[in-house]
Amino acid sequence: MGSGPGGSAVADVLTAAGWSVVIFEKGRNHLLDLDDPSRLKGDYSNDEIKFTIRHFLGPDPLLEPRTFRRSGDDGDHAFVGDVNNLPSTVGGGGVHADGKLPRFRLDDFRLLDEHGPLDDEAALADWPLTYDDLEPFYADAERVVGVAGDADANPFAAWRSGPYPMPPGAPMYGATLSAAAAERLGYHPYDAPTGANSVPYDGRPACNNCGFCAFYGCPIHAKGDPVAPLQRALLTGRAQLRPETFVSKVTVTNGVATGVEYIDAEGTTHSETARLVVLAAGAMETPRLLLLSGFEHPLIGRHLMFHFQTIVMGGLRQRVHPHRGRAVTHVHDDHLVPDDRSRTAARDAGLPWFRGGMVEHCGPGAPIQEAKLYPWGEAHTRSMLESALRDRMWGFTMQGEDMPQLTNRVDLDPRVRDVRGFPVARVTYASHPFELAASDHYGARLAAILDEMGAEWTVATTSPDAAFPYGGFISPIPQSKHVMGTTRMGTDPTTSVVDPFGRLHDVPNVVVADSSVFVTSSGYGPTLTLVALALRAARALVESGS
Amino acid sequence: MTEQFRYREPSAWHCTGVGHLFFSDDEYAVVDAACGRLIPGATEARVVDYVDGLLGAFAADPPRIWAGGPFSGRRGGDAGFGEFIPLSKLDELAWRTRIEGSRGIAEREFNGPVVGLQERYRDGLAALGTDFATSDPETQDTRLRANEAFTELLYEHACEGMYGAPEYGGNQNLLGWQSIEFEGDVQPRGYTDTEVSQP
Repeated sequence: MGSGPGGSAVADVLTAAGWSVVIFEKGRNHLLDLDDPSRLKGDYSNDEIKFTIRHFLGPDPLLEPRTFRRSGDDGDHAFVGDVNNLPSTVGGGGVHADGKLPRFRLDDFRLLDEHGPLDDEAALADWPLTYDDLEPFYADAERVVGVAGDADANPFAAWRSGPYPMPPGAPMYGATLSAAAAERLGYHPYDAPTGANSVPYDGRPACNNCGFCAFYGCPIHAKGDPVAPLQRALLTGRAQLRPETFVSKVTVTNGVATGVEYIDAEGTTHSETARLVVLAAGAMETPRLLLLSGFEHPLIGRHLMFHFQTIVMGGLRQRVHPHRGRAVTHVHDDHLVPDDRSRTAARDAGLPWFRGGMVEHCGPGAPIQEAKLYPWGEAHTRSMLESALRDRMWGFTMQGEDMPQLTNRVDLDPRVRDVRGFPVARVTYASHPFELAASDHYGARLAAILDEMGAEWTVATTSPDAAFPYGGFISPIPQSKHVMGTTRMGTDPTTSVVDPFGRLHDVPNVVVADSSVFVTSSGYGPTLTLVALALRAARALVESGS
Repeated sequence: MTEQFRYREPSAWHCTGVGHLFFSDDEYAVVDAACGRLIPGATEARVVDYVDGLLGAFAADPPRIWAGGPFSGRRGGDAGFGEFIPLSKLDELAWRTRIEGSRGIAEREFNGPVVGLQERYRDGLAALGTDFATSDPETQDTRLRANEAFTELLYEHACEGMYGAPEYGGNQNLLGWQSIEFEGDVQPRGYTDTEVSQP
C-alpha cells in the first residue's frame, strides 16, 4: 500500500530478488507510463494554481477529509478538511517535497539514554536500532534516490561510509547572505543534502533551478522522487502498479495476513491474496488502515508526531529572488545540540533539557501566496512590486523536534466519512512544553541572525499555533508535511506496535515501511530515514526468505 | 532576466468574444469592475476570465481545472499548458461539488450539504448590486467592504487570476507577472547558477 518513497524502495528490493509485487496506490498516476515505465509523464509543471491551490497531487479534502481536535474537550472534532496532508499520487510525498534529505545523528536514536527523561507526558524512548545499524542503508538510500551534498561540510553530522553521490548544487543568493551571517555568529551552515540532481544522474537530468520545487512535481524529473526505484521495480516485469485503488482492509486468518480487499476507480470491490503485506501509506493512512481492518494493538495510532516549525522571517533592503533555485540550499544543525544557553532556557521553562531541529535557510517564492497577504485596493500593486513579503524577504524554518506523547494520536472519526464511505483519520494533537519552549528560545536566536544579516524587521510564527483560528496556513493544525510515529517500533510488544524490522508484533507478515515506525521525530525531515528503514526491512525479508 | 517573454495564446475561449462560460453579461461586468477595484490592472489582465473559467470549468472538455504540462512554451519546449488534464471520475465529483454545490445529490453529500462557488458568486454579486459596474469607485469600494466574506473570496480568485498562468484565463499578455517583474514559469530554461547565486 502506497507508492511513495517507502513503498517504492520495498518494491525495488523485492522485485530485484525475484518476488512478485502488486503496488496499490490510492491516488492518480502523473509520474510514469504504465505501459512503458521507462517513459516519464509530462503532467508536472511550473504552475502555482495547479499545485498549491487546486489539489493536483491530491488528496482532495472534499473527497478524503481528515479531522482534527486538540483534545477530547473539542468534542468529536474541531475541524474537517486538510490536516497536514501529504500527496496522494503515484510517488507519494516524494513528488511534492523539495528534497532535503539529511540523515539523523547518532543521538537521534538514543535520546533517552543521551539526554534523560523529560516528564510523564513525554513518551520518550530509544530506538531498537542504532545509527551504525542503519548507516549502510542510509548510503543505499542516498544512491537510490540520488542525493547531492558535501560530506565534510557539517561538523554535527554522523559518520558516513562514503561521499554523497553528487556534489551540491548552486547556492541561492539569499542563502549565501544568511549563511555568512550565521557563521559570523558562530553557527555552522552547510549545503543542504538535497534529492535534486546537481549533475545528470541515473538517466535523469540535472536540476535547472526553476524554483517551483517545494509542493510541486518536477517537470524535468530532476528531483529525487521515488521514480528511480519505482521504474526499476516495474521494468523487472514482476511489479504491477495499480493507481486509483483504495485498500480498505488487510485480511487476516489465524494471525496471518492473507491479502487485502480494495476498491478500484469504478468503485468495485476486489480482493488480492498475498504472502506478505507491506504498508507504506504514511503515518496517518497506515494506522487508519490497520484500524479499519480491525487490528487491535492499543498503541496503533498513538505517539503521532509532526515537526514543530518555527518560522522566522526578515525584511531586507535588497532583493534576494527566493523563487530561483531549489527552495532550500543551506541548513544548519547547531540547534539540535544543546548548549549552555539552551540548557539555561530549558531550566527556566521547567524542563531538564530541550533541543530544536534542522534550520532551513529559505524565502517565499510564490506570487499568488504573497498577493493574498496584502490588502486589496490601490496600494496592492505597489506592495507586490516592492515585494516585502517575497522578493525582499528571507529567513528560516526550524523543523523542531516534536516530543512523542501517548495522547497525540490518529484514530477513526466517529462521524466523518470519505467518498467511499469509510471513517476518515482523526488527529488528536497538542504540543508538549518541550517544543514550545525550544521554539521560543531558538526563534530569538534565529531572529538575531537576521539582524546580523541586515534585516530591517523580523517576524516569528510557528506551525502549529494554537492561538490562531482553524482554516488558515497558520492554525492549531501543523503544516510541516512531516508525519511520524503511529506504529512505534520496538522490541517489547507491550510498548511498541512493530519490531525493529517493521513487522507487526501481532501479525508478522504485515510490514510497515513508512515513517509510522519512528520512535522519535528528531529534527530532520523523515524521508531519507524512512527509505533507509524500508530498504533494511525489505532486505531482511529477502534474506529470511519469508 | 533580459530574455523577452514569448507569449503564446493559450486558448481561444476567453478572447474570441463568443460569450462567457458561466456569468451573464451583467454579472461578468460586475466581476470585471470589482476585480479592477481589488487589484489595479486586473481589468486589463482579464482577471474576470479566470473567475469565469473556474466557475464554468465544466463547460469545456476536459474541464478547465488543471492546466497541462510540462512546459508553457514561453521559455522553450512545446506549449503544453493549454492542454488541460482530463479528470478522473472522483476528480470530477470533487470539482463539480466544489463549483456547483451538492444540490441535494446524494453522492456529493456524504458528509452533508456543500455550498458551491457558483451559488456564493450569485449571492455575492446580487449583494454588490446590478449597478455596481456603473457606480463610482467610492461606492464600489463601500459595497465591497460591506460584503466582506464575498469580497474575500473574490480577492482570492483575483490574486490567482492576476498572478497565475495565463492558460487559466487571467494574467493576459502576462500583465500580472510583468507588473511585479516576476518571470513566471521558466521551464525548460530554468535559471543559470549565476542567476541563482548572484544578486
